[in-house]
Amino acid sequence: MPAITETRDAVESLGQSTYKWGFETDIEMDLAPKGLNEDTIRLISRRKEEPEWLLDWRLKAFQAWQAMAEPTWAKVSHPPIDFQDAHYYAAPKKKAGPKSLDEVDPELLRTYEKLGIPLHEQALLAGVEVPEGQEARAPIAVDAVFDSVSVVTTFRETLAKAGVIFCPISEAVRDHPELVRRYLGSVVPVSDNFYAALNSAVFTDGSFVYVPRGVRCPMELSTYFRINARNTGQFERTLIVVEDGASVSYLEGCTAPMRDENQLHAAVVELVAMDDASIKYSTVQNWYPGDENGRGGIYNFVTKRGACRGARSKISWTQVETGSAITWKYPSCILQGDGAVGEFYSVAVTNNHQQADTGTKMIHLGRNTRSTIIAKTISAGQSDSTYRGLVRMMPKASGARNFTQCDSLLIGDRCGAHTVPYIESRNMTAKVEHEATTSKISEDQLFYCRQRGLSEEDAVGLIVNGFCKDVLKELPMEFAVEAQKLLQISLEGSVG
Amino acid sequence: MNAFAPAGVSAAAFLDRYAARAGTNPARDRAADTLRRTGLPRTGIEAWKYTSLRALGDIPFAAAPATPDDATVRAILTEAEQAVGLGPDLRRAVFVNGRFDPSLSSLPDGVSAGRFHATDEASDDDVASALNAILAEDGLVLRVAPGADAGRLLLLSIGVAEDGTPISFHPRHRIELGQGAALSVLDLSVGRGAYLNNPVFDIVVADGARLGHAKMQAEAPTAQHLAVVHAEIGAGGEYDSFTLTLGAALARHEVHVRLAAPGAVVHVNGAQLLDDRQHADLTSVITHAAPDCNSRQTVKNVLSGHARGVFQGKILVERVAQKTDGYQMNQALLLSETAEIDAKPELEIYADDVRCSHGATVGALDPDQLFYLRSRGVAEHEARAMLVKAFLHDAVDLIGDEILRATLDRAVESWWNRKDA
Repeated sequence: MPAITETRDAVESLGQSTYKWGFETDIEMDLAPKGLNEDTIRLISRRKEEPEWLLDWRLKAFQAWQAMAEPTWAKVSHPPIDFQDAHYYAAPKKKAGPKSLDEVDPELLRTYEKLGIPLHEQALLAGVEVPEGQEARAPIAVDAVFDSVSVVTTFRETLAKAGVIFCPISEAVRDHPELVRRYLGSVVPVSDNFYAALNSAVFTDGSFVYVPRGVRCPMELSTYFRINARNTGQFERTLIVVEDGASVSYLEGCTAPMRDENQLHAAVVELVAMDDASIKYSTVQNWYPGDENGRGGIYNFVTKRGACRGARSKISWTQVETGSAITWKYPSCILQGDGAVGEFYSVAVTNNHQQADTGTKMIHLGRNTRSTIIAKTISAGQSDSTYRGLVRMMPKASGARNFTQCDSLLIGDRCGAHTVPYIESRNMTAKVEHEATTSKISEDQLFYCRQRGLSEEDAVGLIVNGFCKDVLKELPMEFAVEAQKLLQISLEGSVG
Repeated sequence: MNAFAPAGVSAAAFLDRYAARAGTNPARDRAADTLRRTGLPRTGIEAWKYTSLRALGDIPFAAAPATPDDATVRAILTEAEQAVGLGPDLRRAVFVNGRFDPSLSSLPDGVSAGRFHATDEASDDDVASALNAILAEDGLVLRVAPGADAGRLLLLSIGVAEDGTPISFHPRHRIELGQGAALSVLDLSVGRGAYLNNPVFDIVVADGARLGHAKMQAEAPTAQHLAVVHAEIGAGGEYDSFTLTLGAALARHEVHVRLAAPGAVVHVNGAQLLDDRQHADLTSVITHAAPDCNSRQTVKNVLSGHARGVFQGKILVERVAQKTDGYQMNQALLLSETAEIDAKPELEIYADDVRCSHGATVGALDPDQLFYLRSRGVAEHEARAMLVKAFLHDAVDLIGDEILRATLDRAVESWWNRKDA
């Protein structure tokens, strides 16, 4: 089976050199001293000029965190993390709020340029309209996160006209404290889990979205994350609230510079959907995965959860996970309102020494709630990839439905693919269906493609893309292109 | 998912009994250390996510008295024989409160039977086996010679603890089949009163041998049942197991199978029929440690009252185990508003050229199917009975030995009739 051997060799040959987003920007940073204690938290809170209640909230989270132990149930292994050996606050030094492109640090702009992705037209960043005839694509609003401080936010005015609030969360704390105070931590409480508690204590920035009643958000919202400063963990906090009958589509994408030390990324994302509201949250995650020997790379320990509070509300998570040394991430839905719908579509690709333990939780509380889980896992090199998902039917979830499908594809005989579903039902009229398969790229399929004149490269590409099709088709157009590119890069070697 | 990794509940009562007894050995000391360190598991420990042994730590289980009332034992025996339709001519090994009773037993030809000795190596890292290891006193050591077909054997455990003192017994059985040998075991446990039965089986199936193991757990409703099977299967060997869980307030049946050589086959099937506040757990770990092995698992739960059924099944495919064929199916039927099922079918796969799949479904009786039967004049409760029996039949039908299959079918039938009455 030469195809498979070549595939394997090729995957192995795929080293860090192919991580084309590995670079580090040299910008003056404003760093908090290393270490984590109440003083650090007070400092963060002071730097961000936060109200008293938020500081108290942070301190409460910190207390909870101190009493907690790191979770060990995930199928990942890493050396112990020294939480005292990191900076918990890093902000690029800047002049008072850039109003135009000229005021933005040129280094920063060059970084965006290297990212090659939205802020996609620099002109847009500067507020210039796209000339007629040029790429008539739907506009995207970008809240760019450069390390810990959001630097530029575009399209604010257009959004404001529709009544949509889209801003850095620190700004929201200042301008819309009543909204933030009401919803922050209402989906992921401060003591929810170890990393969520840590995030609650030290989060420095993130995005806030509020879509008022009946408004269909006029554009897709997007945040690009980047970890930049050496030794700073990034603790993003995203909060999206969508009122009755409103809807929004939110895109999140990540790249990070190459470096040796492992970096901790512990974000928290909270979504709230009221009656008939709908939130679509899409992620392409491509943090630095470490080199071919498993050195370096990002630790991505993220808590993402959405609450379908209202009747017939809907939250849909779509993720393409190709990066990070370790991924620990379970975007979840709490289906509280009657008839609420939760969806989870995921492609996870691991290569070299990457480890991913990812999946979802669907908690059915309301009547006639429905959830769909489609998870595709591709393992190559010496990586380990686990799907871990919970479906829970509570006693009042009469008539609830779940359908779960998990498929794993192994490339080479030194990787692992695991499926760990948890199914808990306490309602007799609720119906849960789960199915999972594990296989390799079928020789028959390869042969069929080759016989029709496709190169091995194209054949494997075609098969892998077909394997992921159910998920990729859920991505918004802008991301689908990038996701396919990422899949290609991640498995480039496997195609000869 | 709790961030804490809680320590278990103290196993002090059991450990004190161990300390007081004669006949320790290093293996047992190791087991005692394990137990001292881990305690009795409670939920929050991943392997025991849905079953807590917390209650066991609070009950002062005494060692079983030497001679329980003979008339009671014989009454239970007759009752069991009648209930499952077993003739008195079936060869049998009878244990009363964990001790072998030669007067009630008759072993099949072609089997060499020995007794478990306190000095035998008995240590394992899972908690239920460790508990057994420190307190095991008796058990059967069965050896079937290469090439011999030893027919059928009833292994009957009777627990009697009606005088208000809860007792525990921890039999340790070893079954070894030589190359090409064959044996079918009906493993039946019954009893009265409050007791803990903690049997452990060490099973070796040599190349080309075939062991059928149909288990029927019909313990007293106030009893606890904590069983572990360790099995190792040789090239072309087959271990065909089925576990029917009917009794006990709290039960866990844990199976660890290792497919050690090419062509080994294992079936770890089962059914749980639970009512009231019963809690039953079927946990299995099937390890494919050689190429070309085959594992099959179908588990069905029928849950009513406030019962809670647990299924945790893991298929582990090691690096070397190419061409593995693994299949796992768990289906639960909830018959009441208050029953609960917790299922965790798990695949852990390190070889790429494998075919592994699993599926799980949970639901109530299909209203369409009920309607279909009703519209053809079948009475409601009859229609329900038909559907439940058909649901279970799929699993029971997988038992290879037809006599044992018929026996378990009858048990399922009478469980439903009793419940339906």
